Amino acid sequence: MNASNFVEGVDFSLYLILAISVFFLVGITAVMIYFLIRYRKKNNPVATNIEGSHTLEIIWTVIPTILVLIMFWYGWTGYKPMLTAPKDAMEIEAVGQMWKWTFNYPNGKSSDTLVVPKDKAVKLKLVSKDVLHSLYIPAFRIKQDVVPGEDFSMWFIGQKLGRYDILCAEYCGQLHSYMLSSVHVIEPNNYEEWLNKKEDTSNEHPGLTLMKKNACLSCHTQDGTRLVGPSFKDIIGKTETIIVDGKEQTITVDKDYIRNKLVNPNSSTVKGYQAGLMPQLNLSDEEINDIVEYISKIK
Amino acid sequence: MTVDTLPYTTFYKAKKGIWSWLFTLDHKRIALLYLYAIISFFLVGASLGILMRLELLNPGKDIIEPHTYNQIFTLHGVIMIFLFIIPSIPAIFGNFFLPLMLGTDDVAFPKLNLLSFYLYVIGALFALATLVFGDGPADTGWTFYAPYSVKTGTNVTMSVLAAFILGFSSILTGLNFIVTIHRLRTPGMSFNKMPLFVWSLYATSWIQLLATPVIGITLLMIVAERVFGIGLFDPSIGGDPILYQHLFWIYSHPAVYIMALPAMGVVSEIIPTFAQRTIFGYKAIAYSSMAIAFIGYFVWGHHMFTSGMSGPAAIIFSILTFLVAIPTSIKVFNWLATLYKGSISIETPLLFALAFIFNFLIGGLTGLVNGALAADIHVHDTYFVVGHFHYVMFGGTGFAFFGALHYWFPKIWGRMYNKKVANTAFTLFLIGFNTLYFPMLILGIMGMPRRYYDYLPEFTFWNQISTFGSWITVSSIILMLANLIIAGRKGKRTTDNPWNGITLEWQTKSPPPVENFTKMPELPEGGPYNYPNAKKA
Repeated sequence: MNASNFVEGVDFSLYLILAISVFFLVGITAVMIYFLIRYRKKNNPVATNIEGSHTLEIIWTVIPTILVLIMFWYGWTGYKPMLTAPKDAMEIEAVGQMWKWTFNYPNGKSSDTLVVPKDKAVKLKLVSKDVLHSLYIPAFRIKQDVVPGEDFSMWFIGQKLGRYDILCAEYCGQLHSYMLSSVHVIEPNNYEEWLNKKEDTSNEHPGLTLMKKNACLSCHTQDGTRLVGPSFKDIIGKTETIIVDGKEQTITVDKDYIRNKLVNPNSSTVKGYQAGLMPQLNLSDEEINDIVEYISKIK
Repeated sequence: MTVDTLPYTTFYKAKKGIWSWLFTLDHKRIALLYLYAIISFFLVGASLGILMRLELLNPGKDIIEPHTYNQIFTLHGVIMIFLFIIPSIPAIFGNFFLPLMLGTDDVAFPKLNLLSFYLYVIGALFALATLVFGDGPADTGWTFYAPYSVKTGTNVTMSVLAAFILGFSSILTGLNFIVTIHRLRTPGMSFNKMPLFVWSLYATSWIQLLATPVIGITLLMIVAERVFGIGLFDPSIGGDPILYQHLFWIYSHPAVYIMALPAMGVVSEIIPTFAQRTIFGYKAIAYSSMAIAFIGYFVWGHHMFTSGMSGPAAIIFSILTFLVAIPTSIKVFNWLATLYKGSISIETPLLFALAFIFNFLIGGLTGLVNGALAADIHVHDTYFVVGHFHYVMFGGTGFAFFGALHYWFPKIWGRMYNKKVANTAFTLFLIGFNTLYFPMLILGIMGMPRRYYDYLPEFTFWNQISTFGSWITVSSIILMLANLIIAGRKGKRTTDNPWNGITLEWQTKSPPPVENFTKMPELPEGGPYNYPNAKKA
């Protein structure tokens, strides 16, 4: 059994074209080498001016035309079912943002990895919070760009139990190649159990939960390592040079500064980091307080 | 060879001093200015490519940070596309040989020609200025896709302005060539008696003239959005990112044919010369150039099958994409048939031309995979596409470019290179090239996305083979260029027509005089490739 319902159609069109291609590549190269030896100057001192042949021109126009139309046909028939999801497909929201995938289930559950039941049609509603991304599951042979402001979707049926890579195929900035996740195809019974199990976040600081949810940690580390933005380690009280409207200022980072960055992300940029990348988050005052509280404790 | 005893001055010696070069109106000198500039940028672009391959030698960080890597692949693309491949064959060999092949003394507008060169220089300076001004070179990829290109803090504005200015250089060169071809053919040379290189330049020039303005406007729209905040492509300020992709590819797909057609023209010159017989299917090759140029306008949507395209649009773009393959295959079959019953001398230029056919076949056939809707969904935006276009652009146009350089070298410099070294460099180049790019096709089918700084462990083996290939490739290029540089200075003096070609450029001196011909060139009887010594069919 194939990993998804699209593998057969995609692979057939791919390998059909590759087979025809190999045939022509080998054939043409062989004829070329044969002519090169057979008609080299030593073997054929006087050339013959052959201007052309209508019959041959027709043959090598018609045969490729038929072949490419066949290729088109299987390309289309393999692609057509991808366009419309069955009506009973279960819907999951797939959110792409720099540089994290999040999957939101109808019952409110949210997960970093996509978990789906075997043999059930799944429709992913694609949402981008910032720039273009592309949700790509090579094992399933599917890919669809995730475009901000557009309601695109994609669907599939996972037919084989297992865990498969999810990659981002549309370049989306600095950590594009680290925007990874995976899809787990599990038995329907286990799926129900998984779906209804609440993740226990009671031991976790609410600020950290919020930061995970908003992908803050894709760019800012807690251990001092430099990623896209400054690390949160020992950030309170640090002296930093920031750039506001093209002018440099030296400040001491405090809670108000972080609060301000959460409300107006691009009002300033720490010198040495790229401007314009911090997304606008829609957070309540209470949530902002939780986050600021948590960040100020990262040592 | 008859030795003409009349004294003449080559275009090198007609005038002296740096200013006589910088302000020259001679199409041959302008061609050489382009040659030195374009080869320099090719070497810069290639060095960036080597750096990328080094970084991809192992998973994880090898030598550079992700942000730097992203800037490097963007600069590599911008330099190779806008400063190397697009101008390469037309601006160098088109400028040098179009007037010679038409039997005239210059292009129609020599001053415009010089202006085109300086626009190229200014555009190039803009592209390089991003290294020092603003927050560094763009990190968007050469496609500048919105909305990332609107949001990133790197110097996108200057990079797209560079491409905008380079576009004008391309438009004006196209205009100049079209007028030259229409107005300055030697008496008796009808359109159907023009050499096929001229036909390919003619088709190319129309694309340059008609398609380039679209990218110019589109890139200015990016600048307007970044500088003035006008919402055109960024949805957060009311724009449409898909619109950008359409506008970008309406130019950039035809641009692929700006890059490929002149290369096909070069191959159509080299093969009959070394087979010493007439080209097979002259009209089929000439008109298929025009067909490619025409159909090529309507296939841009195949870059967007995963962007969220409706079913009917996908069908139309897919069918048209397959149709554009037909005139290309017609050319390949006619080239092959031209070897039949030839009297073939296996020299370096012919090897390059045949390697072009081999590489271009792989490039074209893998293009069919991208044109088929189902298969494209899987390989789109993966290394398969990177492999595909390097086969077309580098294995195709790049090989034809170096083939042209070896073919016309004795005409331009009046000297011959060391043929053994040239053949060795060629063989290494062909092996290195395929070792470098074939693994990318495999990586793509395995599912490795493009523009990847780091990769999953299962992709390691083929990435290492590819990086190994990059070392062979770069060594072969160094060997090839060193051989040519030595030959240009100290190579053996050669005759005016060492390959026994019959197009008009071979009837004049090597190197040619300023006015190109000392006596009126004679058209060969019965067509541009009708070799008088060959048997009648």
